[in-house]
Amino acid sequence: MNETKTAFKRMKDLPSTHLLGTGTPMCAGCGGLQAIHEIYDILGEKTVFVNAAGCMTLLSVYPFTPFRGSWLYTSMGSAPAGAQGVRDALDILIQKKRIDSRENLNVVVLTGDGAANGIGMSATSGAIERDLDFIYICYDNEGYGNTGQQYSSATPHAARTATSKGPRGFPGYKKDLFSIWASHKPTYVATVVGAEPVDLARKVEKSKKMKGPRMLIALSPCPTGWDFNPMEAVEIGKLAVRTGVWPLKEYADGKVVHTKIPGRRPPVEEYLKLQGRYAHLFRPDRNETLLREIQARVDAYWDGVE
Amino acid sequence: MKRKLLTGNAAAAWGARLARTDYVPAFPITPQTEIIETIANWVDNGEMDARMVTLDSEHSMITAAGAAATTGVRVFTATSSQGLLYGMEMLYTVAGWRAPFVLVNVSRGLATPITLEPDHNDILAARDSGFLQIHCATCQEVLDSILIAFRLGEDERVRLPVIVNLDGFYLSFTREPVEIPDAEAAGRFVSSYDAGNIPFRASAPVSQAVAAIGGTAYSYFRYETHLAAQNALSVYEEVAGEFTRRFGRTHDAVETYRSDEAEYVFVMIGSFATKAKEAVDRLREAGWSIGLVRPRLLRPFPEEQIRRVLTGKKGIAVIDQNLSMGKGGVLYMELASALHGQANVPPLVSFIGGLGGRDITPEEFYEMASVTRTAAETEEIPPPRLLYTKGEIREVRKLQAIAHAERLELEPEK
Ligand SMILES: Cc1ncc(C[n+]2csc(CCOP(=O)(O)OP(=O)(O)O)c2C)c(N)n1
Ligand code: SF4
Ligand SMILES: [Mg+2]
Repeated sequence: MNETKTAFKRMKDLPSTHLLGTGTPMCAGCGGLQAIHEIYDILGEKTVFVNAAGCMTLLSVYPFTPFRGSWLYTSMGSAPAGAQGVRDALDILIQKKRIDSRENLNVVVLTGDGAANGIGMSATSGAIERDLDFIYICYDNEGYGNTGQQYSSATPHAARTATSKGPRGFPGYKKDLFSIWASHKPTYVATVVGAEPVDLARKVEKSKKMKGPRMLIALSPCPTGWDFNPMEAVEIGKLAVRTGVWPLKEYADGKVVHTKIPGRRPPVEEYLKLQGRYAHLFRPDRNETLLREIQARVDAYWDGVE
Repeated sequence: MKRKLLTGNAAAAWGARLARTDYVPAFPITPQTEIIETIANWVDNGEMDARMVTLDSEHSMITAAGAAATTGVRVFTATSSQGLLYGMEMLYTVAGWRAPFVLVNVSRGLATPITLEPDHNDILAARDSGFLQIHCATCQEVLDSILIAFRLGEDERVRLPVIVNLDGFYLSFTREPVEIPDAEAAGRFVSSYDAGNIPFRASAPVSQAVAAIGGTAYSYFRYETHLAAQNALSVYEEVAGEFTRRFGRTHDAVETYRSDEAEYVFVMIGSFATKAKEAVDRLREAGWSIGLVRPRLLRPFPEEQIRRVLTGKKGIAVIDQNLSMGKGGVLYMELASALHGQANVPPLVSFIGGLGGRDITPEEFYEMASVTRTAAETEEIPPPRLLYTKGEIREVRKLQAIAHAERLELEPEK
């Protein structure tokens, strides 16, 4: 990333006041909320969030909202279509001179991984194909969190969820949402994590200046669903990046660029063993086969990058 | 004002155009597609100043429709059968947004089996969604009802989306002479769109459709929607009255045909009511005292009018082009509940017919009339009757025999 163009070079450049109000019903240590906080500070209040069913739906519960800007809850599957309706209507109103262009808003979709990878995929794909001018924020807690963390198609291999409690955990593999988006040739796709706020801030800053379909996929360490001490949420987010489990990257102009290539990657185990959802890989016996497989997949990914 | 031969679909497109629709989210489905094709052509030729977007599904289409109406533009959309059901979650959802727009549903029977021709199970599945419902029997009514629907839904006492329903094939593809109102006059009638108090603007943030946890807040909003739908009864009278004054055509919430002095009455909705009118005329020639009552407004249900025109009759034949599996006809249930507990309630006899576009013949109307008269005279109400002839059973048996024989031929010798 071109450092000279960014207002965010180091931690102290980050906004010191926060736009999103406090007192929400999210769990302590929620990595999703952390990411949304950081993103919202840079997006600013001239936004309308179009939300799909998930944990974050409970941010706005009658009669309270932590948002300074606007909010529209749609359904689990159709937030991008809601964004289409709002965007088109604002464009029509401005074009027909019924409202002043200063009344314009950034239209931002906010959904979990379940909506983004599954039930909302058709609506998402359609919105990208129509070149909808919007930002999509997917907070990825790697499961259907709001309903009690059942596995979704973003759940990583071997993770225990409410619907994969067997000795090998989730048998499937995490869907590659980044590539699915990139294959549509949108304006911008990036992965972020709240624990790397400078990288996140630069990406939000960059995407905010663009037009067209833009996606921010935020890995969202989830104490409740991943079973870890809320105090460790930030550490787990950092470890996800350092161990190479969560590559920080962006897609623009047909190219994928890694924004933070971990130097010496600690073993993935370091990341896994802090989370109860992987406890069965360590106790009562170490599951060497699965641990090796998970490590090998991460290594193979970076072999393709480095 | 000009007079033209129009299909029901073209009349629907004209309704959207004359209402100065800004935005048309769309998705194709037979027999509705001609509506969106017509609008797409007008938009491309610059004859209609609207934006049309084809979404990925009806679920998305209805979401976009509600979102755009909430943001502050006039929205028209259309679908049919499977599409209406595919969008069902969003029908309920956007009605709660209190975002008025007009959706035309071209009725078509539902799978399974998959079919193309009409009955009313699709539209009745949306009965409890919060959308108001206007049911049309002619192409003229389709156009007029769309103009009325915009006014009705957008009225500040109502603020609800409205479905205007027409039957696939029988109306959608049938050409009838239609008077197309003058664009200026239609524009004055609908006036400009008002987003109400919930538009999305940078200077005035709003939260729309937030969660309401706990029965108290939830019930409050649900009751509000119900009361608004009920307000639509008197608002409909006003708006339809104004329509009559401006355009000279009358579209009552409940149409009555030769029923005022009649002893017996057919009740049905939609275009097949035209067949019932024919039957009424023939039966009258044969000395019957009979008429037709056709509710145009199904939500809100015009209970008072229904009571007024049906109590005191000798017998009512309710003809349902729908089937609630394990119960019977939906219109029959609606009428029974509206009349229950009233004085001088006539016997209601239930008939199911016209499913998947199956005709209802004049002979069947005569038969229904006499079954109803017998019920009234003997005070014994027969169970709901499924209209079906021996000939039809023979035809199906024949098809089964052919299929069976083909299979035997294909099977290898044992
Ligand atoms: C059509 C539909 N199906 C199912 C649900 C139930 N539901 C609500 S939230 C949710 C999980 C959403 O998962 P995700 O998108 O990952 O968000 P998270 O809950 O993890 O924040 C589900 C299944 C629903 N609201 N709507
Ligand atoms: S379940 Fe997880 S994602 Fe949902 S609010 Fe709690 S910590 Fe956040
Ligand atoms: Mg999730």
